[in-house]
Amino acid sequence: MYKFDGSGLPEDFEKALLNTDRIVASSIFHRYAREVEGLSRIERLVVGSLDRIGEKWEQGLVSLAQVYMSGRICEDLIDEYLPVAHVNRRDSPRIAIAMLIDQHGLGKRIVTSVLRAAGYNVIDFGAGLTVEGIVEKTIESRIEILLISTLMYRSALKVRELRNRFDHAGHPVKIIVGGAPFRLDEGLWERVGADAGSRKASDIFALLEKEVLS
Amino acid sequence: MNSMERVLTTISHKEPDRVPLFLCLSFYGAKELGMTVPEYFSKPENVVAAQLTMREKYRHDCLYSFFYAAIELEAFGSETIFVDDGPPNAGAPVLRTIDDVFKLEPPEIDTSPGLTRVLRTTQMLKDRAGNEVPIIGIVMSPFSLPVIQIGFERYLEMLYFRKDAFDRLMEVNESFCVAWANAQVAAGATAIGIFDPLASPALVEKPTYLRTGNPVAKRTVAKIKGATAIHLASGLTLPVVREIAQTGAAVLGFGVADDPVALKKEAEGRICLLGNLNGLEMTHWTKERAHRTVKTVIDQFGKGGGFILSDGHGEIPWQVPEEILLAVSEAVRLYGNYPLK
Repeated sequence: MYKFDGSGLPEDFEKALLNTDRIVASSIFHRYAREVEGLSRIERLVVGSLDRIGEKWEQGLVSLAQVYMSGRICEDLIDEYLPVAHVNRRDSPRIAIAMLIDQHGLGKRIVTSVLRAAGYNVIDFGAGLTVEGIVEKTIESRIEILLISTLMYRSALKVRELRNRFDHAGHPVKIIVGGAPFRLDEGLWERVGADAGSRKASDIFALLEKEVLS
Repeated sequence: MNSMERVLTTISHKEPDRVPLFLCLSFYGAKELGMTVPEYFSKPENVVAAQLTMREKYRHDCLYSFFYAAIELEAFGSETIFVDDGPPNAGAPVLRTIDDVFKLEPPEIDTSPGLTRVLRTTQMLKDRAGNEVPIIGIVMSPFSLPVIQIGFERYLEMLYFRKDAFDRLMEVNESFCVAWANAQVAAGATAIGIFDPLASPALVEKPTYLRTGNPVAKRTVAKIKGATAIHLASGLTLPVVREIAQTGAAVLGFGVADDPVALKKEAEGRICLLGNLNGLEMTHWTKERAHRTVKTVIDQFGKGGGFILSDGHGEIPWQVPEEILLAVSEAVRLYGNYPLK
């Protein structure tokens, strides 16, 4: 059983997440939620932990599986917490996420979890989508920020087509891309006309704060 | 030396006449023949013609009988999504719930039209190439196949929390993988490459891999009746070099994520390295950049043998220009002759 001694709490929470120990992570989270006031401090615990875990993945110290499981645990904890604390999710900016053409990536789910764990509302358009399908859904849902995940290089190149369709339609959506092709070829996000590229899920917070996306 | 002698020498951690070059050209063959990808893979004759033509053109040291990863899932009843100018992709997972694994049985190799085409291709390549050039067949590792078999998310739930289902799935996948690999060896494949991206600590942390995927790899490699290579398809490799060498695999495919000095030192005398040109960057390389990169990689990994120059992912993208492949081939002949300068 986890013992709360008030010190090293973020580290203990992070350790529980990396061990995929839902029980210990939940115990720390709820103890913390009782002892601190305000959503922002709880967010700091959750987002800070996910951000550090993302950094460790970049450094080769933890795995993508651990990043994913940590995000899922945090998402579940926040899902339970928000209604109890009578806090609504952030609806602005309007964010959607989609996997363009590909079916089998993990990135879309990780980014969704990370954003939901930070209290954002994210519309999940799904996977295996065509350019036309994404354009239609984005305009219909009045999306301001569109997160695109791809696994295959050919799918990543299709972001250019997506950009052109939005420009043609006069829909001013910001496109943020992520996934293996963009990690292996660092300048690719610019070449396909995205507004930004994200190497790891928690990069999304800095990008959302940037003026270009506000 | 011919290609076979060159490769066998470097795998023995000795220096051959020059660094061997493997161009992993799978669906790229459709571009060579001016066909769409679905048309290309519909007949073994197409793949054989392209493999032989491309080897003559690029003067590399292997023939590659690999079609596409999703072909294994076709045998399990899944569909493949084809595009005209890129790799075929696996459709929706064939297993919809974790408990579906208890109803899963390994498919028969000879009843799958896709797998049968690969075997026929392998036989025809063997008839044409004899023992002068290695024919590389490919299987997906039992540990990594579930990403497209059940979906990444459900597989991770299984890996961490459903040992009973994981064990059953590995039993089915091992049985299929060994049968599929041995059928390719019987058809004439010289060696079997096992794609195992989940063995990389970038995807599954090492302690979990050692508890799960590594024993699976050891059992699988031991039952394959030919030489094997394990390819991590661009993932971080250095932390698991020893454990992968202990599976009995002779070759380890790696990408650009590792410290080259440390990786060479770790692999030396243990396992032959195969890598690590960045296929995606090759799409916009100049000839000069190709020469410079090949020279750097050979300088980093070539000394003492135990190294095959290749891309780091096991597949050359469609968008890589022919001139760049020719430049890579030219550069390996300029900078890869032993003794290295």
